[in-house]
Amino acid sequence: MIAPAKPDLVTVNIDGQEIAVPKGTNVIEAARLVNVDVPHYCYHPKLSVVGNCRMCLIEMGMPAVDPATKAPIMDPATGKQKINWIPRPQIGCGTNVSPGLHVKTTSPMVKDAREGVMEFLLINHPLDCPICDQAGECKLQEQATGYGRGYSRFVEQKNVKPKRTQLGPRVTLDDERCILCSRCIRFSKEIAKDDVLGFVDRGSYSTLTCYPGKKLENNYSLNTVDICPVGALTSTDFRFKMRVWFLKQTNAIDTESSVGANTVVWSREGTIYRITPRRNDEVNDTWLADSARVLYKVVKAADRLAATETIEALVARAAALFKSAPGAIAVVGSGRSTLEEHFLTRHLANALKASAQLVSRVGQGDKLLISADRNPNVRGALVTGLIKTLPTQQLTDLAAQIDAGKIKVVVAINEDLSAAGLTAAQLAKVAIVYLGAHANATSAAAKVVFPTLTVFEKSGTLVNQQFRIQKTLKAVPAAAGATDDLVVLSLLVAAAGGATLPAELASLWKVIAAEVPALATMSFANLPETGLVLDATPFAALPFVEGETLHYKPAQPAVAAATA
Amino acid sequence: MPAPEQRRIIFKHIDEPGYTNDIGCYLRNGGYEVLKKAVARKPEELIDEVKKSGLRGRGGAGFPCGVKWGLVDRKSGKPIYLIVNADESEPGTFKDRYIMHQDPHQLIEGTMISCFANNVKQAYIYIRGEMPHGARILEKAIAEARAANFVGPNILGTGYSCEIFVHRGAGAYICGEETGLIESLEGKRANPRIKPPYFPAVLGLYQCPTIVNNVETLCHVKYIAEHGGAEYAKIGTPGNTGTRIFCVSGHVQRPGYYEFPAGTITMGQLLNEVCGGPLPGRKFKAVIPGGSSAKILRFGERFKGKRKVGTELVDYDWGVEDVPMDFDSLGMIGTMGGSGGVIVMDDTVNMVEALANINAFYSHESCGQCTPCREGSLWMKKITSRMVHGQARNDDAALLKSVADQIPGRTICAFGEACSWPTQSFIAKFGDEFKQYPETKKTAKPVDAVALV
Repeated sequence: MIAPAKPDLVTVNIDGQEIAVPKGTNVIEAARLVNVDVPHYCYHPKLSVVGNCRMCLIEMGMPAVDPATKAPIMDPATGKQKINWIPRPQIGCGTNVSPGLHVKTTSPMVKDAREGVMEFLLINHPLDCPICDQAGECKLQEQATGYGRGYSRFVEQKNVKPKRTQLGPRVTLDDERCILCSRCIRFSKEIAKDDVLGFVDRGSYSTLTCYPGKKLENNYSLNTVDICPVGALTSTDFRFKMRVWFLKQTNAIDTESSVGANTVVWSREGTIYRITPRRNDEVNDTWLADSARVLYKVVKAADRLAATETIEALVARAAALFKSAPGAIAVVGSGRSTLEEHFLTRHLANALKASAQLVSRVGQGDKLLISADRNPNVRGALVTGLIKTLPTQQLTDLAAQIDAGKIKVVVAINEDLSAAGLTAAQLAKVAIVYLGAHANATSAAAKVVFPTLTVFEKSGTLVNQQFRIQKTLKAVPAAAGATDDLVVLSLLVAAAGGATLPAELASLWKVIAAEVPALATMSFANLPETGLVLDATPFAALPFVEGETLHYKPAQPAVAAATA
Repeated sequence: MPAPEQRRIIFKHIDEPGYTNDIGCYLRNGGYEVLKKAVARKPEELIDEVKKSGLRGRGGAGFPCGVKWGLVDRKSGKPIYLIVNADESEPGTFKDRYIMHQDPHQLIEGTMISCFANNVKQAYIYIRGEMPHGARILEKAIAEARAANFVGPNILGTGYSCEIFVHRGAGAYICGEETGLIESLEGKRANPRIKPPYFPAVLGLYQCPTIVNNVETLCHVKYIAEHGGAEYAKIGTPGNTGTRIFCVSGHVQRPGYYEFPAGTITMGQLLNEVCGGPLPGRKFKAVIPGGSSAKILRFGERFKGKRKVGTELVDYDWGVEDVPMDFDSLGMIGTMGGSGGVIVMDDTVNMVEALANINAFYSHESCGQCTPCREGSLWMKKITSRMVHGQARNDDAALLKSVADQIPGRTICAFGEACSWPTQSFIAKFGDEFKQYPETKKTAKPVDAVALV
């Protein structure tokens, strides 16, 4: 790993605690480093600073110097340099640190300012927390608890604004709850580059709305829901489905492309309700594509496969097929499998003395969080040695070998061979052992079908386009009749005459670390939340298809998506 | 003491019989002679003259014009813009409109001199949306000046080029705030910008260094270029140089605009002698000295303290009538000279109703960006209009004060102060009327009373 360049550090004093922070850090971020919370609404670390909510007001001072001699002025009472406190509160978000800056976040002035802003924010707010989806994760609710006065002095009529506005296919707006922080407007303009949101009218009657004739329908629209500090913007999909405090959070990875955006999967009693982004400043910042948030629907899909036989019976039938065609077996893995599954697949291919290949999925990159390579873990297959070259979209060689009668058995893992170019006749010509979660033409044609798990039902690691190895964790229990891919694969390796390999992650990683030099010092448990970047130099010559996305620049000019 | 004579240097030709706003009339009266001489001088000299003059901005804040020009980032390599702030919107103020309507070339000449001094190639006149007539006059005057080579390419053969464009606002008070104005000029909502980092002198229009000056200020620059900064500084009093234009409105015999050397006239002289005193049978009750956002003064109150005269500190003990009408004296007694809009109220005015009117204005004009101003201004308006039109409660005054106290000093721009100072000062000075208002309301109003907001 490359050590980051040492930035210029500036020493500041926050509530009496001295801390050195990088130049350019604002007071909110500096305070965070000393565990001082500066409440805020409009400030967002990944958006421009507008300083309009006024919740982050702090008291600020600079060390006093004699204007003539520039010599420090000492305070005889403390023996330290005197601090000139600015008589007006300043915004923490818009104030960058400077050497010697002193900040008070608990002084009466600050307390008074926060309470004032809090009261103002609540007077026209509907206070409909009992029916509001944001309740439980609402900044207004949290900070009202911290800084609110607990009763209302407001006896006038509240402003009336539009309710239940459909801003787009996935976002519903309640303007009365909106506190006009403008985060959503800035996100749309600065990150999604789809400047469709804005305010109309003035003052307290200001109303968030979509530009006439436009919709908030870009593939990042749900990020506005994430960053909305109140319940104004809500996800139409999640709205009124579940209270957030009932939901269990599981850290996972977005598997729709090789970007590997970090996510949190929110579930209760085995049912997933939503997926939200998890901050990783090296990968996805705080953002996530809308398309990544509906992936959980595969778990309860109608076409899930379920076993009708015991796993032992299935393995026995597969073993018989393996024995029937020595030297005429092919393994087709999947770029969607985890690194651990790739590792076991390699062992299976070796035990069967079979060739192994993946199927590539290529689409248009969106330059943000969806890359051209729609397989999340092709690099995991490279690192584990399952493949040496990049996969193709069509299994032309395999088709030819089947036609020539050289291949009699195909082990297909999570890949529909017909989608990869094999005809029904070719599928009928071979005996297929299929591992997968959902029914397709290949599972229908297969002699042995192992129903396995979706990514939400299992743990493992994925290697993204940056060669960053990241953990995705099991959010919900396995569907009835489905078996963990690792269990199936380790049983198949044994059935094929290979080594006895553990299917449990901690033990399996000991084997992986011993066998794969690039992963030698790692273990599953010790992998950091934000992942680890592996050495990519052994693969530098490969023509990866990804173009530029957020925090990723291709090492070499992207090759036009190979259409094989 | 009798009031001093008016000294009209900016309003010299305003309402002069036979004086028209075309360039021919202006040239007959010596117009553009100052520009001709100015473009032959070094720009730095002109800036020095303005610094020497001690000219303070006439838009409301009274910021020294020379200092403002001195802050401009001239090393960035970016173009420098000059914006004429003609968004005169402060209630009670009507001086810039007269300049634009009756003597537009004076403004254009002052603007061009300022542009030359600051190496500005592009100036904008941002005129208030509600002044369509003024915009048309300015457009015509600029066309005339361009035809005469006072504006445009290669001005008077010097090789110096500068364009002026008129930009009309869409009708919002906040566009008078300089960074709000810049946003509006850029085609966006006029939300004032945070400072730091967006000081206009460094990151103004299109993120380039920008000077924003009031209409009247630029006319003063013309006078300074003509007579020299030292000469200008002799007018008025130290620290308050030049003349001030007072726009007197309300309950006086002769409302109107009056131009005096700054600091030479007191409130009493202005209202009683110049404006003819109260209407027959009435008594002065209160006066707002610098546009509706300035804190109100109550006739009968005394102001005591020490002030600097030369190098000495002397005691003062003033009634409202004794206060000299300059930035510093008005600042000392807790209000401000502001834009020079003097609003006079006599004993027929109920202060709750007057405040209800002011609050209605400010709540309508808040841009809605900062929470305290956005919510506070409307809350105060809702309270005062309920008091006037509905149920007035005994504790409303205390609530109003508390709400107003939560606004100033906590917002991006000075609108927070502008919208809360009226409430703060009305309650501080006329708390009795607020207390009595539930009773006052029971008395029937005269049939000809003006309808309340």
